Order: sequence, then structure tokens, then C-alpha cells
Amino acid sequence: MRKITVKVCQGTTCFVMGGEIIKSMLNSLEEKYADKIEISSVRCLGACDKSDSFSKAPYIMVDDEIISSATLEKVVTVIERKLKNDQ
Amino acid sequence: MTSNSELETKRLKREVLVRLIRAFLSDNFAENARLIPYDMRPKYAEAPFRCCNYKERGILRARTLAGLGFSIEEDDERTLLSDYAKRALEREKPDSNPLTVVESACHSCPSSQVYVTELCQNCVAKPCMNACRFGAISHIGGKSVINPEKCKKCGLCMSACPYGAIVKTVVPCEQACPVNAITKDEHGYARIDHEKCISCGKCVSACPFGAVHPKSQVIDVLKQIKAGKNVIALIAPALIGHLPCNPEQIQDALKKIGFSAVYEVAQGADITTQIEAKDFQERLEQSATFMTTSCCAGYTELVKKHLPEIKPFVSDAKTPLYYTAELIKKEYPDAITVFISPCFAKRREVLDNPNVNYLMNFEELGATLIAMGIEIDACEEKEFDYQSSKEAREFALTGGVSRAVLAAWKGEKDAVKPVVINGLDKASIRDLKIYAKTGKCPAGNLIEVMCCPGGCIAGNACLGSLKDAFKKVTAYAEKGQSLEERKNDE
Repeated sequence: MRKITVKVCQGTTCFVMGGEIIKSMLNSLEEKYADKIEISSVRCLGACDKSDSFSKAPYIMVDDEIISSATLEKVVTVIERKLKNDQ
Repeated sequence: MTSNSELETKRLKREVLVRLIRAFLSDNFAENARLIPYDMRPKYAEAPFRCCNYKERGILRARTLAGLGFSIEEDDERTLLSDYAKRALEREKPDSNPLTVVESACHSCPSSQVYVTELCQNCVAKPCMNACRFGAISHIGGKSVINPEKCKKCGLCMSACPYGAIVKTVVPCEQACPVNAITKDEHGYARIDHEKCISCGKCVSACPFGAVHPKSQVIDVLKQIKAGKNVIALIAPALIGHLPCNPEQIQDALKKIGFSAVYEVAQGADITTQIEAKDFQERLEQSATFMTTSCCAGYTELVKKHLPEIKPFVSDAKTPLYYTAELIKKEYPDAITVFISPCFAKRREVLDNPNVNYLMNFEELGATLIAMGIEIDACEEKEFDYQSSKEAREFALTGGVSRAVLAAWKGEKDAVKPVVINGLDKASIRDLKIYAKTGKCPAGNLIEVMCCPGGCIAGNACLGSLKDAFKKVTAYAEKGQSLEERKNDE
């Protein structure tokens, strides 16, 4: 089965706006989603380059879908939806 | 650890800071500062948290005030943010008390009480009434009812109820405060009693409305940089764990902000370690029973305001920040020194130390990097001129200070028995009181006190996760020379 990729932006903006904290929360869920998701930190996704878009950080990419103002709940919702669609 | 809801309030506070710094960098600081609430909640935008945008803007105005370094309690609500911005530029010295409460954001939560819920089964035995020693419980309308005027909130009825039908409600900020410095004023808003407050910042993290703010000095710092002064950054060892880059890239990032030089406070930690080890040795020779460390600012304030009896047991060694700043001011007497801090508590120490001019916490540093568009991962690598020891770099971790003292210890290693107080709360403060009163600490003789559980890497202005920060700081420490190796080299 394919793995859903979760890429947490580690650019300065996303880090400061809490991306790392969400990543650590996601990591604690890895057991629940064993073999189904792959979480990694990536260099700046470039999503915050417009003047006001910093306020929508942190950005997290699930497969090719970019989630803005990411929270744990938002990311988990997308993961769950993708898992359901994959079945 | 930062929770999900805490992250929401932190993001909001950081967004205000970024916009404020951008306003400062723009050609019309006062006007752009005034517009922050309107930029964040424009016309027709949906109010994400409160009843309406007008309320949201009111709160954002107060948050901006804290960012400008003012006390929100003293705000008359009539002065424009643009006027406050001008005042911030004019002031010579920042405000003294580190924390302030956004009244408009404070929910004025109901006071803590013990309450019988609907789950009361109206039982025959009435264990709750029998358990209450204050006659506060009566039986009204087929249900037990607590008279709040008689209730002492001891909780005996709660444990007596076989249905678990009695609960105690709490006020998060009051509950989090280890020294009872938060009370409610006549309007029900939280008030900080600065005579009691140790600036630990636990209330800042605890309030789910994000109503408590540190008063920022970020504008004061940027003003000095803009004026072309020689502004030097002194970075806390915890910073290594809270930026998405290599430790070697930090210097370049800070220089891009405009700091002329960057020093690791770990340099001063190497001095603290030697002095503290010597101090401890002398105390033991004079048959002292125990000594506590002295580098946590929250603890220092606690001793001053609530635990004067433990003062004779506190090490005379000064903090790493003290020695680092002393070195710098000796070499550059006219320099403006800025401590880059993981916590709010250090504000007090900075205020009391003429060698340190300002404090910029990690959140404010992060906001400055965003506002200036500095991508830290792309910064150049450069090693620090002074190579701090492994132990000094570990000062940021719980247990690190006592490990450093042990590594510098010249006598029998068995004589040192470290104990770590990993986080100040009501219980650990009680323990410290007993040690001071009896003059004995049964658990050991070198007591390391850290206000935040996890150490400075868990400070309340930190940006990353505790786990990741621990890994980064430990990896950086491993690259440093240990005190043992240094001894052998000498």
C-alpha cells in the first residue's frame, strides 16, 4: 500500500508560527497510522512568499495538498479523508 | 509542552508582533501600527474567535500595545495606537513589570468553586454532607447544594461522593500561578499582583484566551539598531534548539537583523560553572548541608519575594548572562547589549543588571526574522569565536547545571549529590520551604532549580518542541569540548 506523505515546512516563518510543534504532535500519532503515513520536515515550501500569507503559516503538505493555518485537527482530517479514498 | 490550543493563542500573538515590526520598518510606523487591528480584521471579514470584528479589533489593539511595551491596565482606551507608537520611540527606558493582562481578552472566568452537578443521585446516605467540615452542604430540591460562602474548597465532598458528581472548577491562570499572584479585580478581570509575581509566565501559557502578554522591548531594540548603535546579541544556550538551522548559522541571521556581534551566553556559563563548583566546595568544607543553584531568574525572584529563608543556601555564583555581559561591557563600554531569552522571567534580571540593556525573547526574535524576510536556513555558517564547553551548552537542559558543577568538581565526586527541581509549582515550592526551615535536604546536597519543567529549552517564549530542542542542544553540546578534556589539556 502506498504511504501518504506529510511534509512539514521548516522554513523560518512556518517554524516560528508553530510548524515544529505540530510536527511533534503528528509524530506521536505515527504509531496509530503505522505504515500508512510518512512524516518529514522539508525546506521552505514557498507558500508564504506573498506579503500577508505569513499569517496563514504554518503550512503543511499532505501528498500534494497544501494546508494553510495548519493545526493538528486539520492535518488529521485530510489524512483520514485520503485513507478512506485509498481504500 | 505546548498544546494545540496554546498554539492558537501563540500564533495570534506572534502575528501581531510581525505586523508591528513591519510597521516599524516601514516609512510610517505610527500610522501602520494604528492600522494593525484593521489589517488583521478588515471590513466584512468573519470574526474567527469573538462575537464580532469590533471586539476582535479591540483585543488586537491591546495586544499591539503589549507589543509596543506598554501596560494594558494603564491604557485609557482613548489614546490612538499611533500615539502609543510615537511614545514607544521616545521612551528612554522600557516599563518595569514584565507581564500585562489584556482586559478585553480576559474572559473574566467564573471564580473557582466546588459545585454539585446534575449527576447528584439524591442518595440516602449523603456522604457529601457528612464529609463537609464547614456545614456548607445542604439538601435543597432533591439535590445537594453547596453554599459558596461557607465552602473552603477542601474537596472532601468530592472524594466522598460515590458517583463523582461533585466537581471543582478552576481559573486557568490562577491555577497555573505557583505563587498566588493572580487575583480578580472588582470587574472579574485577572489582575497580576507585581509584588508577588515572579514573572515565570506560567499564566501566559495557561490562559486559553491568550490574555496575558509580556511587555515587549522589541521596538526599543530595533530603534537602537536603526540609530546605528553598536548593538550586541547575547544568545541563551536554549536558542540552539529553537531555530530551524545549524547553530553556526545563527550569527549570520542575527547580523542580518542588524546586531553587530553575537556572543553565546554559554561563554559565561563556563565561568558560572567554575565559580559555583568552588562556592559549593567551600560551603561543604564549612559543613553546609546543601546549596541551590542560582541561574534561573524565576527561582531568583521566588527567593526574593517568597522564600527569603533559603537565601543563605543559594550559590553566590552569578548567572551566565551576568558574566557574559560583564565581559562584553569591559571590552565595549558603549555597546548596547541585548539578551536573547527563552523566557519572560529574565526580564527582571535584565532590569537589575546595568550591563544588560534589553531583552528580546525567542518569539520576538522569530517575529523579527519573519518581518525582515530572513530565511535562516540560507544564512552563512560561522563558528563562534569562543568555543563553549559541552557542559556550558547543556545549561539549557534540566540537570545540565548540576552536571556542569560535577564536571568541574575538584574533590571526591561522591561528595556531590545532585537533586533536580524540574519545574516550580506549589508542591516544589513547599519542598524548598521545608529544606530552608529544617536546613536539610534529604534527597541530596546540590539542588538545581529550574522554573520550567525541562529547563530553559521549555521556556515560555520558545518556538519549537521540547523533544526536538533537546535533540539539537544535545547534539551541539556533544561537539563541544568537555570540562574533563579541558582539564587534561591544561
